[in-house]
Amino acid sequence: MTQSNTILPPLTERSGVIRWLRKNLFGSWLDAILTIVGAFIIYWIVKELWTWVFTVAEWQVVATNLRLFMVGQYPLEQVWRLWIALAFIMFLTGNSLGIWARKSYFATILLLAFPVLLTLFPFGDEPRKWLIILTIVGVIGWGIGRTASEKLSRIVIIGWIISLPIFILLTRGFSPEDGIMPIVGTNLWGGLLLTFLLTVVGIIFSFPLGVLLALGRRSELPVIRLASVLYIELVRGVPLITVFFMAQLMLPLFLPPNITIDRVLRAMVAVTLFSAAYLAENVRGGLQAIPKGQFEAAHALGLNGLQTMYFIILPQALRLIIPILVGQFIAVFKDTALVAIVGLFDLVGIAKTVLAQPDFLGLQREVYVFISLIYWVLSYGMSYLSQQLEVKLGVGKR
Amino acid sequence: MQESAKQKATIPFWRDERILNILGQVVFIIVLLFLASLIYQNMKTGLAKQGITLSYNFLSGIAGFDISETFLEYSRTSSYWQAYQVGLLNTLSVSIVGVIASTIFGVILGVSRLSTNFLINRLAAFYLELIRNLSLLVFLIFWYLGVFLKLPRVREAVIWPGDIFLTNRGVGIPWGLPTDSYPTFRLILLIGIILSFIVFFSLRAYSNRTGQAPLTTLWTSLTFIITGVVGWLILPEKPLFFESPVIEGLNMSGGKVLSPEFMALTSGLVLYTSAFIGEVVRSGILSVSKGQVEAAHALGLNSFQTLRLIVFPQALRVIVPPLTSQYLNLIKNSSLAIAVGYPDLFYISNTIQNQTGRAVEMISMVMLTYLIFSLITSVFMNWYNQRIKLVER
Repeated sequence: MTQSNTILPPLTERSGVIRWLRKNLFGSWLDAILTIVGAFIIYWIVKELWTWVFTVAEWQVVATNLRLFMVGQYPLEQVWRLWIALAFIMFLTGNSLGIWARKSYFATILLLAFPVLLTLFPFGDEPRKWLIILTIVGVIGWGIGRTASEKLSRIVIIGWIISLPIFILLTRGFSPEDGIMPIVGTNLWGGLLLTFLLTVVGIIFSFPLGVLLALGRRSELPVIRLASVLYIELVRGVPLITVFFMAQLMLPLFLPPNITIDRVLRAMVAVTLFSAAYLAENVRGGLQAIPKGQFEAAHALGLNGLQTMYFIILPQALRLIIPILVGQFIAVFKDTALVAIVGLFDLVGIAKTVLAQPDFLGLQREVYVFISLIYWVLSYGMSYLSQQLEVKLGVGKR
Repeated sequence: MQESAKQKATIPFWRDERILNILGQVVFIIVLLFLASLIYQNMKTGLAKQGITLSYNFLSGIAGFDISETFLEYSRTSSYWQAYQVGLLNTLSVSIVGVIASTIFGVILGVSRLSTNFLINRLAAFYLELIRNLSLLVFLIFWYLGVFLKLPRVREAVIWPGDIFLTNRGVGIPWGLPTDSYPTFRLILLIGIILSFIVFFSLRAYSNRTGQAPLTTLWTSLTFIITGVVGWLILPEKPLFFESPVIEGLNMSGGKVLSPEFMALTSGLVLYTSAFIGEVVRSGILSVSKGQVEAAHALGLNSFQTLRLIVFPQALRVIVPPLTSQYLNLIKNSSLAIAVGYPDLFYISNTIQNQTGRAVEMISMVMLTYLIFSLITSVFMNWYNQRIKLVER
């Protein structure tokens, strides 16, 4: 009898297509039925979708109005300013990825190549040129970030801080009609540009307010606690659409008659006030997760209440809730669609105007599928990237 | 000793934390009141310029607009207040249908997401990822304009088994009409309820006495169902006459026709919310540690008993709080009815406000109403949460 040299694994651990199928798809009778039903559903969906997308749908409506979807009525000869602003942000993104995310290659490549991927859409020659420039700028920024020292990272942070003012300054302009950058009124902002600005402004301004409310809710002073709780619960108890209506109709009444604010600004105020209440609850969650020993240790070191919060507790709490903050950002991004109901021309508002054009009557499916796709890609992309970076950077762990 | 006491007494008041705290709060209140009065003054002068004084008296005025779907007596000549009530009931009906349906669908999704069947698992995951990254408003509008209004015309209606008519004028379903024996049947149903109560309490008493765990919910509902079925069978004339919708010219008649607005809003909200509920259910079930299941098996419980007595009660504790916030989201999101033209609370208030120019009054009323909805839901869910909570020392 010869001894076999190769030791086979036990039967149960051998792999194979059939075994995999038996284990995962046809484990029991019920499983088999579910598999067949599931396969049929998938087949049906794919078939219907395929036929619709490639034979029935008329994508001309999207191709013709692509610029409208992106920037609304923003004047064509001024669009270059938006590209410059985007290039600045792209540069910062590349820089940051080079400095802080050296190991997440996939996220880096995805982010930097995204503009080039967009050239697959029928954007026209001018935008395509700019998109390629965006990627080049991003790659240059990344290269600088890779080789950079500690000092540069500080400059990049400052760059991020001033990026929103710069973006808004470039979008709005500052000189009179015949100057280098004539003012473009907010009534001409639209499409994805408006959605994006509403989201970013809302999140950035609601952040300090949310942190203050969270601290207020945990304060030992009864008046301040009560006021914070009232605000948070009041805002969280009403639908966002009522807040938007309140901002549009009542905010002008609340202000002195000599101050007028335009409709986009009102919507931004509404997003900020609304998002602050939700953010406050998230921050509170982070604060509650900080062990009591941290407070005690800080007091033992002689820090007062304000110093404890600022130097010890908040940095830890905010680090803990970064993943939740990304979720909040995505939620606000999706919720800004409601401004279409109060008559602003964000993505959904633009969709309505496009569908009102006599050439494109009855093409609701194409237009709304396209918009949904934009929302989906951006939301999913953001959550996916943040997950990737969290794992790589160890954010959210203490 | 004396010196330190003296020192304590001479702490200047601007460094004494207790006084500073009180002082700070007083300043805070004064600033808040000042801002509030400023806003109020501005509002008053602004409204005076428009010739409006704040009051809710306008609610008794005649509405003069039609509402397509009402549960109450309502006509053009009814008052604004009645229109508001119609909207309130419409919001309630959408919310109740939505909460029930999205719970059922969400639980199915959450369980499918944990299925060992690869295909089902992937299908559920795909659905969750697809829906959770869409904007609800866009989804609702697409669902209304792109699906329900694109259904075939009444004459070419798609007819599903069970006489369900799908048309662009709405979805027609068979609907029971009460006959002469209906009151008797209602009486029988009442007896069924009483019987099932008796079964419920006796089973619970039995369980408390012996420590056994009988299938209380199953037997209770079975009692009610059996009584109902028996009642249905023994009555010579059937209590409900089921009428199918019929196509008459350009319209449907008979049965019950659910408007495309109602269908789009409710099904859209359900499809959207159930994706979030599915995620809640999944994480709840995953939160029960594997050791619990293994211990249950070791004690000789079978899979069904393990699920019913070990996994489910523990998962429920994790599920209920986030589930509550999903319910609240659904109720608040039903205000998006305005995007599909379903006359809910917010839509009708908006119409009233457009007609009367009473923005402050209407918005405050709507906000208060939604606040009350939210409050009632949270109070109920908190009560339920308290009941199922782990009893600690």
